[in-house]
Amino acid sequence: MLYRENGQYKTSYAADAAIFPIRQDKIAIGLLLLFAFAGVPLLAIMGAGPFGHDYIFKALLIPFLILALAAIGLNILVGYCGQISLGAGAFMAVGAYSAYNFALRIPELPLVISILLGGGVAALVGIVFGIPSLRIKGLYLAVATLAAQFFFDWLFLRVKWFTNYTPSGSVNSPNLEFFGRALESPTERYLLTLSFVTVLALLAKNLTRSMVGRQWMAIRDMDIAAEIIGIRPLYAKLTAFAISSFIVGVAGALWAFVHLGSWEPLTFNIDRSFQLLFMVIIGGLGSIMGSFLGAAFILILPIMLDQLPRALGLHVSVETVSHLVSIITGTLICYLLIVEPRGFARLWGLVKEKMRLWPYPY
Amino acid sequence: MASLGNFIEVLSGGLLAGVLYSLVALGFVLIFKASGVFNFAQGSMVLLAGLALVRSLDFLLANSMPFAVAVVSALLFASLVMAFTAWVMERFVLGPLVNQDSLILFMSTIGATFIIEGAAQLAFGSDVYPLKLYPTDAWFALQSLFPGGVLVNKLDVWGGLIAAFLVAGLAIFFQRTKTGRALRAVADDHAAAQSVGIPISWIWFVVWLVAGLVALVAATVWGTKLGVQFSITFLALKALPVLIIGGLTSVPGAIVGGLIVGAGEKLAEAYLGPLIGGGIEYWFAFVLALAVLLVRPQGVFGERIIERI
Amino acid sequence: MRTGVDKPNDTSGTIAPGEVLLAVEHVVLSFGGVKAIRDVSFDIRKGEVRAIIGPNGAGKTSMLNVINGFYHPQTGTITYKGDPRQRMRPYIAATQGIARTFQNVALFKGMSTLDNIMAGRTLKMSNSLFSQAFYWGSALKQEIEHREVVEKIIDFLEIQAIRKTPVGKLPYGLQKRVELGRALATEPELLLLDEPMAGMNLEEKQDMSRFIIDINQQLGTTMALIEHDMGVVMDLSDRVAVLEYGQLIADGTPDEVQKNQRVIDAYLGVSH
Repeated sequence: MLYRENGQYKTSYAADAAIFPIRQDKIAIGLLLLFAFAGVPLLAIMGAGPFGHDYIFKALLIPFLILALAAIGLNILVGYCGQISLGAGAFMAVGAYSAYNFALRIPELPLVISILLGGGVAALVGIVFGIPSLRIKGLYLAVATLAAQFFFDWLFLRVKWFTNYTPSGSVNSPNLEFFGRALESPTERYLLTLSFVTVLALLAKNLTRSMVGRQWMAIRDMDIAAEIIGIRPLYAKLTAFAISSFIVGVAGALWAFVHLGSWEPLTFNIDRSFQLLFMVIIGGLGSIMGSFLGAAFILILPIMLDQLPRALGLHVSVETVSHLVSIITGTLICYLLIVEPRGFARLWGLVKEKMRLWPYPY
Repeated sequence: MASLGNFIEVLSGGLLAGVLYSLVALGFVLIFKASGVFNFAQGSMVLLAGLALVRSLDFLLANSMPFAVAVVSALLFASLVMAFTAWVMERFVLGPLVNQDSLILFMSTIGATFIIEGAAQLAFGSDVYPLKLYPTDAWFALQSLFPGGVLVNKLDVWGGLIAAFLVAGLAIFFQRTKTGRALRAVADDHAAAQSVGIPISWIWFVVWLVAGLVALVAATVWGTKLGVQFSITFLALKALPVLIIGGLTSVPGAIVGGLIVGAGEKLAEAYLGPLIGGGIEYWFAFVLALAVLLVRPQGVFGERIIERI
Repeated sequence: MRTGVDKPNDTSGTIAPGEVLLAVEHVVLSFGGVKAIRDVSFDIRKGEVRAIIGPNGAGKTSMLNVINGFYHPQTGTITYKGDPRQRMRPYIAATQGIARTFQNVALFKGMSTLDNIMAGRTLKMSNSLFSQAFYWGSALKQEIEHREVVEKIIDFLEIQAIRKTPVGKLPYGLQKRVELGRALATEPELLLLDEPMAGMNLEEKQDMSRFIIDINQQLGTTMALIEHDMGVVMDLSDRVAVLEYGQLIADGTPDEVQKNQRVIDAYLGVSH
């Protein structure tokens, strides 16, 4: 009854093409953003409930936002453009190390610019590694992306210049500053991350509903037919790689600077690539919102599997938890692929459809 | 003469290491040839087979069973585990997805990889378990030609012999037997094969079972060389470049691909490594595969995919 | 019913209605040992509806694929708008105003009707990634402009109700209509239709015929269609080319072709 579109007529194409055409959705997203930007920091200052502790920021909100951003980037490549990539971790690494080197060697650069430049370098690298996709497809492309993954794993480990010749191979992020003001509290870091993610998610969503997004999806669905309406596979695929790598690169820089503080190349290894791929599949291929849902799920699952037995009084070892995470993630992927290939995003869409009809069954 | 001897040592070591990759690649080729499914989970199947084998073997030996009997029993147990896995895969994963896009099937095998890895370690443990089923000592070959001889590991030689045997057996199976023909029909077109009465469920079960047994064989060799442990799955990833180079549908290609990758890696490490910093083995195979794909997108021995509208 | 789409501009400037728009000469196409097309020559005049008919396996779809640029003939010339060439490429065909529909419906199954037809406007839209990312300025303006054009096509084809439906979910007959819409969105000068009526019932065929006539008469679009329904062919087309086993066995008006003994034999299966 609440969720009905009756009476909401669109009188212009612009209105029809809006990201949230239904009024209830507009209100909901408005409230969510208000809460995220203003409500959470207020609660943190007041020390209210879970927001009074750093834990929720450091262990949940900040990693969630950054991984969701990376998932959005990967989704553009895999979900919208249909190019499988098993090397997302490497692009996070490229973004992180590039941003680090910019910040290190040009100290006058504002933090935000360093991070964006990191993304820019990742975009360029993405274009280079995207060139093979013009000839190589499907599974073969997946293996080719592994070449990127392992190559960059090695590069940042062995070529000491990137890590500024530190003996241990691990580096520290530069101090986080925004317009001269040092960002130290988790709340401030959270707001910085939230800003990045909101803006980039919006830009990504806009791209997917524009001409270039349609070109990506055309290439995904039938690249031969795409050529006859004048879509150039070169342009479509390389822009997908570029934009995807940019976003993933920025996420990598944020992960290193804001979340970890100090890191080593291993944090961006193939396990990370699989983690991102799972977020995209579980959340929903070709859905920006799905990327958020998938990231939330993958992040919360190990925490839940850790806390739940403890709450029940059972002791479960860290290893067991990680094996269970493996099994559950794998099972969920298989299940979703069978039952709902469009992932949680589609399931959410089904819930909304039910809400439209409620209390009627159909 | 000494550097030639050195070269031959590196080369032969590489070739034989490559055979190990081939053993894993054979499992991939088998499944792909017979069902059109690219089984990303093959590496995890090697782990599962190895763990089942080594843990049951240790258990039986601890209970004072004679070695030969214990080995045979352990192999049987591991085979049963693989049969069970094949049944589960067919029933719950592949069966429901039978007429889907190959990309969806591929992703489901990625899901299966994680299920198998988690379940195998949960059931059998996640330590390193040494295994000794073949002689592993060194052998100095060609002593008449090179002073001191060329160092060759007996295990590697055994690996090569087993691989040759497997290849011959599989080739005969596919080309000469009725089941083999049915498998090739299924690989081409699931729906068409079903419509001529080929029982796909049974066929897929058989294929995955055989692939599981191939994984078991691979596990015996790998396990002896490195000990049965989780990192085997990582090495199994190296089978992917082997498949690229050798072609996804070619049994001899899997061997040739393995030889090329193995030799290439070791030679690159020995000769290029000192120039750029070492550790090249980590990515060389993949970059080599990428280079091959740029020239021949279907691999060296693969069949050209002709897309028609 | 006017669709509001402007009459296509003649970039060549020299092809008048009635003159030859596209000509294929001595085209030979083989795949390995199989000769799909053996020395076929015919032309298509501007403004006409040209039917290409023949029994199955005659090489009709291959011929369209050659015109489109998907297949490259071993020998022969394709002359389009007075410009002879050895082979066409799909992208060049698109930019020069050749559009196509397919026997097996080559739609983008993951996208809606609206998006599929909007995709057809690709060549007419040009704005930077930057303005698309912010969905403002020239990007927004063009989205709305081209949406208006696409909506007129949707009205014309009477598919308003399914504009937001993912095309993968549509029945075959409607998919063919959407595919026609996507081809129209490119504002083609030459429209190639591969079995547009296949799998349709009588009503759907009547609708489709109406669309074809309207497109030809109101937009002036030249059309080449492969079709098996003889009634449709006789009613709609100006000239007919008949292929059998890769060879052209008749070429003329529907009446002439209908009376041609070789054509009758080909369809009845009399061996030569």
